[in-house]
Amino acid sequence: MTTAAPKKTPLYEEHVRLGAKMIPFGDWIMPVQYSGIMDEHQAVRNNVGIFDISHMGQLVATGPGSGGWLNEMLTNNIDKLEVGTGQYTFLLNERGGIIDDLIVYRTGPEEFLLVVNASRVDEDFAWLKQHLAASCELTNRSDSFGGVAIQGPRVVDLFHALLGSQVELPARNHIVELQLDGMNLSIARTGYTGEDGVEVFFSAKDAAKFWNTVLKTGEQFGIRPCGLGARDTLRLEMCYPLNGSDLSPEHNPIEAGLGFFVDLKKPIFIGRDVLIQAKENGTPNRLAAFRMKGKGPPPRPHYGVWLAGDQIGETTSGTLSPSLNQGIGMAYLPTQHARAGTEIEIEIRGQKFPATIEKKPLYKKS
Amino acid sequence: MNVPDDLFYTESHEWIKREGDNARVGITDHAQAELTDVVYVELPKVGATAEARGQIAVVESVKAASDIYAPVNGTVVEVNKALEGNPALVNTDPFGEGWIFVLKMDSPDDIKQLKDAAAYRKVIE
Repeated sequence: MTTAAPKKTPLYEEHVRLGAKMIPFGDWIMPVQYSGIMDEHQAVRNNVGIFDISHMGQLVATGPGSGGWLNEMLTNNIDKLEVGTGQYTFLLNERGGIIDDLIVYRTGPEEFLLVVNASRVDEDFAWLKQHLAASCELTNRSDSFGGVAIQGPRVVDLFHALLGSQVELPARNHIVELQLDGMNLSIARTGYTGEDGVEVFFSAKDAAKFWNTVLKTGEQFGIRPCGLGARDTLRLEMCYPLNGSDLSPEHNPIEAGLGFFVDLKKPIFIGRDVLIQAKENGTPNRLAAFRMKGKGPPPRPHYGVWLAGDQIGETTSGTLSPSLNQGIGMAYLPTQHARAGTEIEIEIRGQKFPATIEKKPLYKKS
Repeated sequence: MNVPDDLFYTESHEWIKREGDNARVGITDHAQAELTDVVYVELPKVGATAEARGQIAVVESVKAASDIYAPVNGTVVEVNKALEGNPALVNTDPFGEGWIFVLKMDSPDDIKQLKDAAAYRKVIE
């Protein structure tokens, strides 16, 4: 932790004007909620919501061989990316531990945009710089760019109203460049909520203008500005991991159940040997999702997980699921106990409450 | 923000209504607005001994758990079972249906040491 003044995104003034409750989040001061977590959560599940994600980092890699170099740095396969597409991937240390989870977009034949976690920007940048290939350049454009996530089933209607009905949003995991009223927008069809949606990146100077344009046009679709609170409940219902909570350098992607985003057929990438072992021999622990039974206090991170009188783990995430109206969470548990259907107990203020391990995701759109 | 004149208050945002030798306790309108979306209330047990400024209940929002403190020394004589099924009463009617517990006060004069409405308004200004 630093003692420096918290960093403000280019949308800080807008959050304050909207009456958001602002909280420290790493080095940042961010909105945790505006109208309320429940209301914002339901807006995203039923209509549409907009989140400030300007605190996330944006790194740009360019140059001949930048694709080949990134393929040695990241777990997923860059060769599968055509220009204008992206993929979820991991940056690992030599032990296979997760430094960061991120999305890499191929924005040109030899140009890549990496959207990384706010708390890891400096670490990722330093790590990548340290391993940089001679033919590549890496720049950190985080301070001069902003971003928002616009998420919910009415996102397509909203963008037709913004850009005209002839303009189609990019397909899932694709990214396009568009102009709106003099603003250059990079629009990626992705998100962290389980709903249809986009993440939009733009120059920091356009942030307030774009935010307010979207809110105004979105009124007819029931749009809500949404804070970190709803972002957490939405992502946890989908069992999307949060770096720093569910992911850390002490865990690898196989343990986290995210082997799908690791291409072990690639001849070389940092952490590969450990992951091959993990894949072949299995891992002692797995990240499991659980749901509380009946009514009880909501689980939170770092609560004890018990089975037959023994503590077998600790929660990494936990909340009340607004969609299920029940407590949900995730925990690394011994692999033999991490199977769906296993009955466990969560210790909350010295008392144990029953829960069941469930398949991911915990929430499925009906 | 609603701060009824006929109640007593604590710095930790509990309200106290004197009912003879008993004190009915809840959290203030200001507190519920700060917490938002109360999703669980851990009630004290009837018969439990309450110590002034000691933690006695927990109110949980989606985001966080917040301790509730006993305003004065006493014994819990009643708890609001309605909150088990409908914790949102703390939000919708903090000074009424959203009450949390009733204490039989050891010395009812202790209540005079709590803040009146004017003093509490200064706390939340």
